[in-house]
Amino acid sequence: MRVEISKSDSHVLKCEYAVRGEIVTLAQQLQQELLAKPGSHPFDEILYCNIGNPQSLAQQPITFFREVLALCDHPAILDRSETQGLFSADAIERAWQILDQIPGRATGAYSHSQGVKGLRDTIAAGIEARDGYPADPDDIFLTDGASPAVHMMMQLLIRSEKDGILCPIPQYPLYSASIALHGGTLVPYYLDEAAGWGLEPSELKKQLEAAKAKGISVRALVVINPGNPTGQVLSEDNQRDIVEFCKKEGLVLLADEVYQENVYVPDKKFHSFKEISRSMGFGEKDISLVSFQSVSKGYYGECGKRGGYMEVTGFSPEIREQIYKVASVNLCSNISGQILASLVMNPPKVGDESYESYSAEKDGILSSLARRAKTLEDALNSLEGVTCNKAEGAMYLFPCLHLPKKAIKAAEAAKTAPDAFYARRLLDATGIVVVPGSGFGQVHGTWHFRCTILPQEDKIPAVVSRLTEFHKGFMDEFRD
Amino acid sequence: MSPKALDHDSINENVKRAQYAVRGELYLRASELQKEGKKIIFTNVGNPQALGQRPLTFPRQVIALCQAPFLLDDPNVGLIFPADAIARAKHYLSLTSGAGLGAYSDSRGIPGVRKEVAEFIQRRDGYPTDPELIYLTDGASKGILVPVPQYPLYSAAISLYGGSFVPYYLEETANWGLDINNLRQSVAQARSKGITARAMVIINPGNPTGQCLSEANLKEIIRFCHQENLVLLGDEVYQQNIYQDERPFLSSRKVLMDMGQPISKELQLISFHTVSKGYWGECGQRGGYFEMTNIPPETVDEIYKVASISLSPNIAGQIFVGLMVSPPRPGDISYEGFVRESKGILESLRRRAQLMTDGFNSCRNVVCNFTEGAMYSFPQIRLPPKAIEAAKRAGKVPDVFYCLKLLEATGISTVPGSGFGQKEGVFHMRTTILPAEEEMPEIMGSFKKFNDEFMEQYDDHRGYSRM
Repeated sequence: MRVEISKSDSHVLKCEYAVRGEIVTLAQQLQQELLAKPGSHPFDEILYCNIGNPQSLAQQPITFFREVLALCDHPAILDRSETQGLFSADAIERAWQILDQIPGRATGAYSHSQGVKGLRDTIAAGIEARDGYPADPDDIFLTDGASPAVHMMMQLLIRSEKDGILCPIPQYPLYSASIALHGGTLVPYYLDEAAGWGLEPSELKKQLEAAKAKGISVRALVVINPGNPTGQVLSEDNQRDIVEFCKKEGLVLLADEVYQENVYVPDKKFHSFKEISRSMGFGEKDISLVSFQSVSKGYYGECGKRGGYMEVTGFSPEIREQIYKVASVNLCSNISGQILASLVMNPPKVGDESYESYSAEKDGILSSLARRAKTLEDALNSLEGVTCNKAEGAMYLFPCLHLPKKAIKAAEAAKTAPDAFYARRLLDATGIVVVPGSGFGQVHGTWHFRCTILPQEDKIPAVVSRLTEFHKGFMDEFRD
Repeated sequence: MSPKALDHDSINENVKRAQYAVRGELYLRASELQKEGKKIIFTNVGNPQALGQRPLTFPRQVIALCQAPFLLDDPNVGLIFPADAIARAKHYLSLTSGAGLGAYSDSRGIPGVRKEVAEFIQRRDGYPTDPELIYLTDGASKGILVPVPQYPLYSAAISLYGGSFVPYYLEETANWGLDINNLRQSVAQARSKGITARAMVIINPGNPTGQCLSEANLKEIIRFCHQENLVLLGDEVYQQNIYQDERPFLSSRKVLMDMGQPISKELQLISFHTVSKGYWGECGQRGGYFEMTNIPPETVDEIYKVASISLSPNIAGQIFVGLMVSPPRPGDISYEGFVRESKGILESLRRRAQLMTDGFNSCRNVVCNFTEGAMYSFPQIRLPPKAIEAAKRAGKVPDVFYCLKLLEATGISTVPGSGFGQKEGVFHMRTTILPAEEEMPEIMGSFKKFNDEFMEQYDDHRGYSRM
């Protein structure tokens, strides 16, 4: 008799992660088939638009960052004269600076469980420069990407299924998965598609009360800003409403700010929730706030490095100790990722030798992302029965599919959700991989899919034409 | 002031209960003292490169090139990187399909690296294994049977996830060997409390105890798990750290396969390895893998699903795993240097293991089993009754009391045995064998002075009865 996971008691079975779900598995199969038998499908290649993984689609890393990381990986070459010819002088200088902050210059050793102190000092200074309010290095926990930090907080907050976490719908499914894994309850609050995915404070209140009435103790509120999958950049008013709400109701504010460098519209600007809270006169005694940042997004797109941090403010010393304890069980996050997080929060400045090339690389990537966002948004809006909100930030478009009744019936007959049905058809016809909206949550009876803006710029016309052609054929088949 | 959502009463109980002594009270006190300017010798955690062990040259050359691939286009790159490191960097970059270190890989790890791990396992054990059942990880649960003493990651993790820690005691007098009767007893006791054991952990070579399990012991364990329907979790992260020749490392998988059918096709086994230990000591990279044997496909799917939520392990760490399982070969430019560096480290560790064991055994009221493997020494400190009373008055567990005094007097930061579990009334201290060889005599001298003075102070001079 084998040991099986018992269906009645496993949180693991309940959790889902659509970004790497069924559609992606199918896409990988098709990719294998294309390799084995070229021409076996009506397209030459699979275009992965399902995941925010820029460097898998040929986005280049920032040179200065990689120079510093390489030198920190192999410090033995810093003493060689030939190294000066291979690396820029300020990268060499920064590597020395960082190595001096690491005891024994040992980048292979476990660090302090919150991360190397000197790197946290750098990050705190970067946060202060960004927000105009002080940050304490001891409030920072460096982690292998933002995801482990989110898991840590869910672990601390959730005692049973009676503990609820308010999450935006649609949301990045790390949150639903993490809440399920830790045995809690996701309490949805719906973003308003008609209002550019904005947030109504009354909606927050309504959902909180509904949860309480069901006996759920709501512990925290997740906000993703800029939004994933929805791409909106919250207005400052909206942000202030959220801060007030959390303060009043005693909720921990979990602010996912990993897309803080991805803002594509001139009329919006990123403001951290810490900045907003402090500008409202709220300090440590007023609001418990956790801010998440990552090296995976922005203009650096370093997903594979696994770097990130959470900044934790407004908790008692006892709780801080518990957070530290949970962090310490894992010993520490990878050192190279820690170094990269410090570089992201303290990049080259005007006057540095590498500043011009760094700046050119950064602007090149961001302006390209903005162009691709606009091109894809316009293309989607030109499709029959499709409306798509602007991608003000982040890396995604989340169009709404107003599907004809015939299509919905066909999906039902195929025992698939209508958006998954559409996504499957899209994949089979064009090789384009998107994630059905049901993976993120949506208002009941509405259908969406999430598409990244990441395919290389020269492939975007092909994406647009293939998508347009497919959609026309789909509507011809299913139009009422 | 608004109500706080996260306070003493509302934090997850499992978190409050979890303990992780390796970075617990002693470590925090040591860090405080260090901030005050005292010289601290951190022997609390298996962190070789923090104590002066140099990283191996070849892997760092390869990773640096992977980190900055534009170097490969520079005509002068050959001036500071050898040709085989350049070739190997190109090899790993190609395995990432050109995306390099910056893109998420498959959640299970880069397929090419998983294949290299499978090839390594086949060479090591003599049996083929499937790369599909090998998952790369970022550094390395109901009732879980765990050896006592144990590496407290297991108790902490079980605590955090609300499982039940079911201890089975290792026999100190039998060189920390495993008595199958202890195992049976533990399972029966748990059952009588309504706990069904689901899995069993073995740490081989042992942490903190250092013992290398014999083939006979491994066979007993495997048979036991098979009978009791337990998943066997084989923590084999110290497989490179062997300091005696009588009991070389035998992987659980090899022994299982040697036992033939039906058990070789039925016993469920998950084996763990890492780049943090061995002669690599690359703790900061957070690279490792686990290999699954006879795990049902539906379970593998669930594990894959959980892995995919974390997207992927860091790419550089995965490449370190690849380099560890396929190091330079005879004929490669870097081969001689690599062998010299790794042999140097291992031989020094062997000498230090002996030095520490002998050093502890020369101290009053201290008895220490030989460190057969891993990275630790786990001497038994026979605390006199007066010392135990003094500890009680100070509000401390006796071995914590001892270790804190040791820290204050000498700067040596250790982990009290209570952090690992031990028999009632028996006390230990875990230290690593990692301080630099040149510093060992002074450290052992410093310890002996402290210990013998401590025992002089607290001994009742009526003779101490043997446990």
